[in-house]
Amino acid sequence: MLRHLARRAAGFAVTFLLISVLVFCMMEIVPGDPASAMLGTSATPETLAALRAQMGLDAPAVVRYLRWLGGLASGNLGISYTYGVPVGSLILERLAVTLPLTGLAVLLAIGIALPLGVTAASRPGGVADGAATLYAQAGIAVPNFWIGLLLIMTVALGLGLLPAGGFPGWGDPVAALRALLLPALALAIPQSAVLTRVTRASVVEVMNEDFVRTARAKGASVSRALWRHAVPNALVPVITMLGLQISFLIGGAVLVENVFTLPGMGRLAWQALAQRDLIVIQNVVMVFATVVIVVNLGVDLLYTVVDPRLRRRA
Amino acid sequence: MVSRTRRHLLTGALLAALLVPGLAVAAPRTDLVLGMPVEPPGLDPTSAAPTVIGQVVWQNVFEGLTRVDRDGKVQPQLAKSWAVSPDGLTYTFALQAGVKFHNGEAFDAATAKFALDAIRAPGSVNPQKALYAVIADVKAPDPATLVLTLSKPSGNLLFWLGLPAAVMVEPKSRDGLKAIPVGTGPFRFASWRKGDRVELTRSPDHWDSARKVHLDKVTFRFIGDPQAAAAALRAGDVDAFPLLPAPELYAAFQKDKAFTAEPGLTEMKVVAGMNNAAKPFGDKRVRQALMMAVDRKLLVEGAYSGYGAAIGSHYTPNDPGYRDLTGVYPYDPKKAKALLAEAGYAKGLTFTFKSPQMAYASRTAEILQAMFAEVGVTMTIVPTEFPAKWVQEVMRDRSFDMTVIAHAEPMDIAIYSNDPYYFGYKNPAFNAVVTEAAQATDEAARLKAYGEAQQILADDVPALFLFVLPKLSVWKAKLTGFWKNEPVPSNDLTEVRWTE
Repeated sequence: MLRHLARRAAGFAVTFLLISVLVFCMMEIVPGDPASAMLGTSATPETLAALRAQMGLDAPAVVRYLRWLGGLASGNLGISYTYGVPVGSLILERLAVTLPLTGLAVLLAIGIALPLGVTAASRPGGVADGAATLYAQAGIAVPNFWIGLLLIMTVALGLGLLPAGGFPGWGDPVAALRALLLPALALAIPQSAVLTRVTRASVVEVMNEDFVRTARAKGASVSRALWRHAVPNALVPVITMLGLQISFLIGGAVLVENVFTLPGMGRLAWQALAQRDLIVIQNVVMVFATVVIVVNLGVDLLYTVVDPRLRRRA
Repeated sequence: MVSRTRRHLLTGALLAALLVPGLAVAAPRTDLVLGMPVEPPGLDPTSAAPTVIGQVVWQNVFEGLTRVDRDGKVQPQLAKSWAVSPDGLTYTFALQAGVKFHNGEAFDAATAKFALDAIRAPGSVNPQKALYAVIADVKAPDPATLVLTLSKPSGNLLFWLGLPAAVMVEPKSRDGLKAIPVGTGPFRFASWRKGDRVELTRSPDHWDSARKVHLDKVTFRFIGDPQAAAAALRAGDVDAFPLLPAPELYAAFQKDKAFTAEPGLTEMKVVAGMNNAAKPFGDKRVRQALMMAVDRKLLVEGAYSGYGAAIGSHYTPNDPGYRDLTGVYPYDPKKAKALLAEAGYAKGLTFTFKSPQMAYASRTAEILQAMFAEVGVTMTIVPTEFPAKWVQEVMRDRSFDMTVIAHAEPMDIAIYSNDPYYFGYKNPAFNAVVTEAAQATDEAARLKAYGEAQQILADDVPALFLFVLPKLSVWKAKLTGFWKNEPVPSNDLTEVRWTE
């Protein structure tokens, strides 16, 4: 077990290092720098050079990379060029929005997809199945930001039930949750559409397995055969899909964050890229990478929970 | 018995009716939530160019020696008066007494000297550094007197000193201004939740008792999506949007009685710059022909829903001494074709157009492409990310044929005399006239020279002069005191108040 953990940790370190090199090189290739973003049409060769020197951009690439890596190792992520504040606190502020938003969206997606997918699979070709298929197709076809706009127009402006956008901060948890509800729903609907399809397909497949037939032959009711025997065995592909979706949601919510003007990680990455705030981008990507690695680890662990056979191998 | 109870109730109700609404009416709101489409990159206008910085802090948090008012006129501020020597080379300012920065530091001549010297220092990254290069020396003979010596006369100096880039800052807070702006203004910085909002609160001890502000708390919220901006206004989450990012949504607000929506003008001159240093734009006739291929009215209609004013030179109707020169090369595709043929392009002309991603720019690019096609010119649009990529390719490397950008700085016609600058335009006659304009201390002579400068550009067409971006402001009908036009990119909130 210890050896297994050590191997995993070494794997992390190598992945981490590789990603850091990749991100740094990419930022080197991207045209433009924070100095040109700051000066715009007022840029003169003289002020551009002065600003680059002030930002430490005139040092050779290798030196800058090692400086950054050294900072990372000591927990100092550097100072944002545009905001002038430590990048660490900037990212923490954003994670306080993005992580709860993602969590809420995933819960909503599961809450919609699992009952819908299982019900659809219980009688393939039935009314519920038709409805679920329609929902799944519509949900995949419609982009999440558009659902967001629709929700703003109906729920926020039309009914006045929830705020149209913005984030009041966690000082008032109820207001904060209310602000996150609509964007989470906008994110959850397309995700739940995919998840519904995967759940349905997986359950239908398992329902045709011999052991389910045996369970039915032994006198188990349809719903018992479904929930007790088929669903637990159908969860592995659902969890795999969920893992992929969480990784996507952490960074891919930019458009929804824009529509609801939420200060999340996606918008931070996007703004930092527009301003060429290199130090912010590099660290944001590292955070994304960490989240993906952690989520993958979580998915691996979940496999062993739902499938006892895997426990022996680990 | 019943009737007496009823009488008591009635009396009580009457009393309540008198008291309650009275209390409610007596106190109009003193807070304001203002929406902006772009979050500023830092809050220090002396270290970065984006106009959104000044739109949060200028006149609210920071003040200058002078200020520019809503009509574009120079007014005294931290300098209460000044005297100019007859040769125009020495400015002696009398400074306000008893002024304190928000961190408690006193403002005096030594601080003013520090702020001006910081702009002029060799390593300075002040975005408007060039404007203050005429200042040769700054002296503070006593705490209330500041003396500037210029290397040559500068008729616009008092205006330049009123811009966001020249606000007064003090040594102790200077290095952290990007994150925590510390000025002498009527509002002080309270907080900045990055990506979401900046909050300012009224300064309890502002020096200027003549300009008493009405608001206690101001929140700037950053809402980039145009639909979300409109939704926030309608939902009441935002009280005002001084620059609505979507012209196509503006008409609905103009019809809505709950809002005031009067289009004004900014200083943002949308010009399609050409690389005058290279073929084919080195030939004046090509530039003039392309100018005549543009139907400016139709362009404004398509690119900005008809808001905004057509221009014929690098000057806006807000600016003093403005001349309408849209008639110098009016829309005339036949003449355009003939002139192109004369320049040797009878069979047509092909070039690329680096288009920034802003909506006004990419729409302008598409419309120009169609208009040029009418006169046999093929223009290929190359999307070019602004600012980072565009500044590098167009401004620094000057590797472009034609591009488009809105020049935001007020009274910046002299950029056409900058060398190097991306237009690559060289005309000694123009340089002489703008120098004369810059140095003239007599108002009439100065405006006359600016008039001539406008005329030379309209004739030479170093860039296609298209239109001035409108200031599409929307605010709740019960608010008053906003600027209709924007002679300086700003949101001066010192006169804004709720009427009930």
